[in-house]
Amino acid sequence: MIPAAFEYIRADSADAALAALAEHGDEAKLLAGGHSLIPLMRFRLARPEVIVDVGRADDLKYIRDDGDRLAIGALTRHRDVETSDLVKAEAPLLAAATSHVGDPQVRHRGTIGGSVAHGDPASDIPSVLLAFGATLVAQGPGGEREIAVGDFFQGFLETSLADDEILTEIRLPKAAGAGWSFQKFNRRAQDWAIVGVSALVRNGTAGIGLVNMDSTPVRAAVAEAAVASGASPAEAAEAAAEGCEPPADLNASVEYRQHLARVLTRRALEEATA
Amino acid sequence: MEISVKINGEEHRQEVEPRTLLVHFLRDQIGLTGTNIGCDTSSCGACTVHVNGESVKSCTMFAVQANGEEVLTIEGLASNGELHPMQESFRQCHALQCGYCTPGMVMASVSLLKENPNPTEAEVREGLEGNLCRCTGYHNIVKAVMEVAK
Repeated sequence: MIPAAFEYIRADSADAALAALAEHGDEAKLLAGGHSLIPLMRFRLARPEVIVDVGRADDLKYIRDDGDRLAIGALTRHRDVETSDLVKAEAPLLAAATSHVGDPQVRHRGTIGGSVAHGDPASDIPSVLLAFGATLVAQGPGGEREIAVGDFFQGFLETSLADDEILTEIRLPKAAGAGWSFQKFNRRAQDWAIVGVSALVRNGTAGIGLVNMDSTPVRAAVAEAAVASGASPAEAAEAAAEGCEPPADLNASVEYRQHLARVLTRRALEEATA
Repeated sequence: MEISVKINGEEHRQEVEPRTLLVHFLRDQIGLTGTNIGCDTSSCGACTVHVNGESVKSCTMFAVQANGEEVLTIEGLASNGELHPMQESFRQCHALQCGYCTPGMVMASVSLLKENPNPTEAEVREGLEGNLCRCTGYHNIVKAVMEVAK
């Protein structure tokens, strides 16, 4: 399976990428680690005219201690997130979930920003960002803007990034000492989650992000509210699938996904509050 | 466009189409056919090579992304006529049957031990989750990796 032909531009900095996007607009697609985009191109589900390769834009590869939050450059590879002592200390949920993304080869190439900007409801990392209430930073011709993660995912593989914007940074409120859990249900080790749950619990409130439970990454908002009003993990988890419209496919029916969301949310909340 | 890639220690300058995948570049242009194509969908790991010392699936990378980088394939693992310890261990432990997954499995195993020199058996199994073998049941593959780690 050979992708359709495209024009190739290498952009080794955020500024170079912005310049390329300004010139080519919606014909261009950013290539980071390529582990979402290249498979789509091989199936010809994506046929971008222009590829802007930002894989070596080193100014977007970093993990920084930024006061009460962590700042992670969009092009930081999963491998570097997974093994970062800073992430393990301040956002252990992110380190744990990242270690379940794909397989080692995928994590050597794939990036946190690429995964998030792809907007796939089946990927693990968006659920973590939802649980954290993360902030995403986008850069465009008009400068920088912050996007709350709850406003970022707009539709299936659609985000609120404009055609001439790039995702530059992910900001997570530090969560050392908070309860957390990542639950992923799949058939084989390297597979996508059939359903997954990220939970972060602190001061009696819970952030719960769901994988593969709707056309976008979503929170289990009703279950979160139940936790806040004092429900037990088992009680709150009963509401985990409320308001979600999960897909049906070869792996699972709608009803089975709803069941998995309830079971995995219960396990996640139990583990996070233990 | 022209790219320059160091493959198994040797510099190669070649003209490629941007859409050329690294695995096709290695096999069809450089003539290194030890790297196999299995699933074509980033799942099976048969095409695993190292880029700058780390395992990657060469079916999920364009050759232009390797421009200026170092690639190691299964052909570059042995030195001075001596098999790499991982190759020798696969041989000794009979860690293959049909052999199709073997080049990728060996490359993934070398990368795994580089990152985790003393893995548990469970860590070896997890570390090789990106490589599928349909013959062996993985038992002797895990054994071969554990032998090298000893």
